[in-house]
Amino acid sequence: MSILVDENTRLITQGITGREGMFHTEQSMKYGTTVVGGVTPGKGGQKVLGNIPVFNTVRDAVVKTKANASMIFVPPPFASDAILEAADAGIELIICITEGIPVSDMVDVYKYLKGTNSRLVGPNCPGVISPGKAKIGIMPAHIHKKGNIGIISRSGTLTYETVGQLTALGIGQSTCVGIGGDPIIGTRFIDVLKLFQRDRGTKAICMIGEIGGSAEDEAAYYIKKNVTKPVIGFIAGQTAPPGRRMGHAGAIISGGQGTAAEKMKVMKRCGIKVVKSPADLGKTLKKAL
Amino acid sequence: MKIHEYQAKEILRKYNVAVPNGVLISKKSEATKAAKKVGTDVVVVKAQIHAGGRGKGGGVKLAKNPAEAERHSSNILGMTLVTPQTGPEGRLVKKVLIEEGMSIAKELYMGILVDRETSQVLIMASEAGGMEIEEVAADTPEKIIKEKVDPVIGVQPYLARKIAFALNIEGAALKAIIPFIINLYNAFIKEDCSMLEINPLVITSDNRVLALDAKVDIDDNAMFRHKDTLECRDLDEEDPLEVEASKFHLNYIKLDGNIGCMVNGAGLAMATMDIIKLSGGEPANFLDVGGGADEEMIENGFRIILSDPSVKGIFINIFGGILRCDILARGVVAATKKLKIKIPVVVRMEGTNMEEGHQILKDSGLNFAIGNGMKDGAQKVVKAIK
Repeated sequence: MSILVDENTRLITQGITGREGMFHTEQSMKYGTTVVGGVTPGKGGQKVLGNIPVFNTVRDAVVKTKANASMIFVPPPFASDAILEAADAGIELIICITEGIPVSDMVDVYKYLKGTNSRLVGPNCPGVISPGKAKIGIMPAHIHKKGNIGIISRSGTLTYETVGQLTALGIGQSTCVGIGGDPIIGTRFIDVLKLFQRDRGTKAICMIGEIGGSAEDEAAYYIKKNVTKPVIGFIAGQTAPPGRRMGHAGAIISGGQGTAAEKMKVMKRCGIKVVKSPADLGKTLKKAL
Repeated sequence: MKIHEYQAKEILRKYNVAVPNGVLISKKSEATKAAKKVGTDVVVVKAQIHAGGRGKGGGVKLAKNPAEAERHSSNILGMTLVTPQTGPEGRLVKKVLIEEGMSIAKELYMGILVDRETSQVLIMASEAGGMEIEEVAADTPEKIIKEKVDPVIGVQPYLARKIAFALNIEGAALKAIIPFIINLYNAFIKEDCSMLEINPLVITSDNRVLALDAKVDIDDNAMFRHKDTLECRDLDEEDPLEVEASKFHLNYIKLDGNIGCMVNGAGLAMATMDIIKLSGGEPANFLDVGGGADEEMIENGFRIILSDPSVKGIFINIFGGILRCDILARGVVAATKKLKIKIPVVVRMEGTNMEEGHQILKDSGLNFAIGNGMKDGAQKVVKAIK
């Protein structure tokens, strides 16, 4: 089993005719994801990547293809509009890869999504993969292995690092969810923890956080109350200076809040096995199984 | 992006948020004229640097007459101002703002930010004006008023009144502060601020409501729709290496250590700094070359890392996804040759086309140490510089 993405996923790509959109749509198809179409306003009627139809609107794509998931590669100034369009068309799972969306746009998007049935993952995320089934996103598929570890992470390459360590030890993953590095994101640690706890295919959970905000603390308290599966945690940025944005828009210690030390303390107190060195993630998960 | 106080106040003026009359000068000879233009007997001379705590470092002075204003300006202009936020090296003051003095009846705090917990804009206010809000939050959190703003309706008069009454404001000042709060919120939204802080917000003895100080950060992601604000960027306030890196779309932050790092991805870059520290070393920088790095970017990354004289060794940690290891290896070899790098370089590569990447490093005839995993790589570079 797995969460969010699987053989029932029917994917469209918003921004499919762009370089990135096209490349990663092809990669997702090669991995086995059912790609049913793409959307680029003004390019409706074209076919790309063999036989994939391009539509002018998400609504058209949903009507013609019964798409239930969308992957967004639209540039930052127009990305929030793309998310809203997907939600308006009733797409259940919207995965926004785009990095650099203004925060105020996301405040509006977040509010609007609350009144819909759509789930947004990201923005500024690598996407979601259920190894052996399907992937939506930009992660290198070949490092993954089908198995029973669920991964949730605010980072892209650090997730690949963790997956690489696990696969090298012969341990597979049920689903890996990149929730994104922005201050406002659609799906948080807690939302994914809820799904992993329910998923029979997931035996243990790895949670990769970083400095900034308090999402990891909230997740830790949630785990203490609601999650019975073993959880391993890591926080990137133990050496990060305060007041500086460390690459991700959300990775900043402000007013002494959101330090790695504080998050690790809360996580430990809530029963999470906290790994100090990022090189020990695989080993520690192996022990927890 | 951070902007200066005088720039923040210019923005606020556009939204009808009351600020004191002021004149910006960069030469002490302009001080007397500026003080006269401001018009009040007492004026305030304020150093314009990005860091806070200016008063504590002697960067804000009261002057009772234009001659005194000139004396203070002459002292402050050109001084290296050290405040609790600048670090010991301080900042060179190039401009001062001369503002009207006023009789203050009440000092308040007001801040607007995007609250990550609720994903909404939050207005924070407190009667403890003039104090660091972090201190107030730590010592007396009950003194901070917090109001979330629904983005659909923005700040309506009822919400502004709610805040005003909670701040115990009454009479004529109450009438003045309602539009003040509404306009402040509008400025925050329309200018894509990521933080807006008025500390202190003052009520004068004649019941005027003004932003005596203003600190504004603009959301970098929104710069594409604020071309005018982009001109407010003051490169003198930024680290020269970071400015150089930003020209090449490299995400570089200078740190105090001696091991240069080059990594793809922000999370892995932070984790790399962490593992260097855990291995007994000190990272000299954060550098994320991103997913689309090419040879040129890698060369520029190297150049910037090496411009920091404290760097004694370099650790390259790449998990190839979109970024292929063979491309990275070619870039590393080319840059090492071109820049004639003499210090130890440890390369750890994994992921897409890893074998080809290692072969390219081997065939180069250059002396790279190979890290087998990020821990081994970190330990090797720490050992190499000892």
